[in-house]
Amino acid sequence: MLEEIKSTKVGIIPCNGEEICEGTLTRHASRKVLDKLRPGSTVTICLPLFTAGDKGERNFAKTFPTITVDGCDKRCSRLSTERLSGQPHHSIIVSDLLKAHGIKVPRSRRTLTEKDKVAVDVVAEEIAKKVDEILEDT
Amino acid sequence: MEKKVVVLPCSGIGKAFGEIGRQAVYELVEDLRPDDVAITCLGRLMIDDPEAKALVQNKIVITIDGCTQDCARKSVESSGKKVDSALRVIEAFKKNRDLKPEGILELGEPGFKLVHDLAQRLSEEVDSLMKKEQ
Repeated sequence: MLEEIKSTKVGIIPCNGEEICEGTLTRHASRKVLDKLRPGSTVTICLPLFTAGDKGERNFAKTFPTITVDGCDKRCSRLSTERLSGQPHHSIIVSDLLKAHGIKVPRSRRTLTEKDKVAVDVVAEEIAKKVDEILEDT
Repeated sequence: MEKKVVVLPCSGIGKAFGEIGRQAVYELVEDLRPDDVAITCLGRLMIDDPEAKALVQNKIVITIDGCTQDCARKSVESSGKKVDSALRVIEAFKKNRDLKPEGILELGEPGFKLVHDLAQRLSEEVDSLMKKEQ
């Protein structure tokens, strides 16, 4: 008899975009989900490990349903995940999400102000919502 | 003035070492060597972004990796460019074991001391490589 395997963890793959402020947001929002919002049900991987790592790491998106979190519409995380690991379940673009919420992009990629933390919260809540949707579906 | 050097930190998000490398590069690019050093996203190299690829092809390239996986160095090299220098945060940490970062993204005072040391080390590396290039 075949038994359906229920996924208990969701993989979050931020782009971490080093060049742009939105990249810093992907990083802080993803860590917030991993550490505070959904600590028991999420895991992450450093995006370039799809290039630098071994087969186990490249299987990440086959092992876990995944959410890619990109800072901008270049969608480096989504495209790299699709090409090197597997199809993500959801894809979030931070610049679009901030625009939809009328929130300004942080001015510094180094330090986030109290105002910027609102942006982190919005992105983190969106990721957490998608985590819940995936876990309900699987 | 054309920037001669590109420095790429890894995208490490699992440990504080990734954040230390990233913050050290920002200190280098924004405070210490704004006229000499540029930065680009590692992810752009993974998607073969033409602008990012051209940038690393034509400049002196330094990578700074958080751990021994060397994601930054390997990502640059998989784009067809051999890096001119590859540093690791973990090696700087081994020389300063008392400087333990407080968290993964919240480095605290000890973590930022490590950031400043590393930024200085990167600046010296920039000098050395630019001199060699002349």
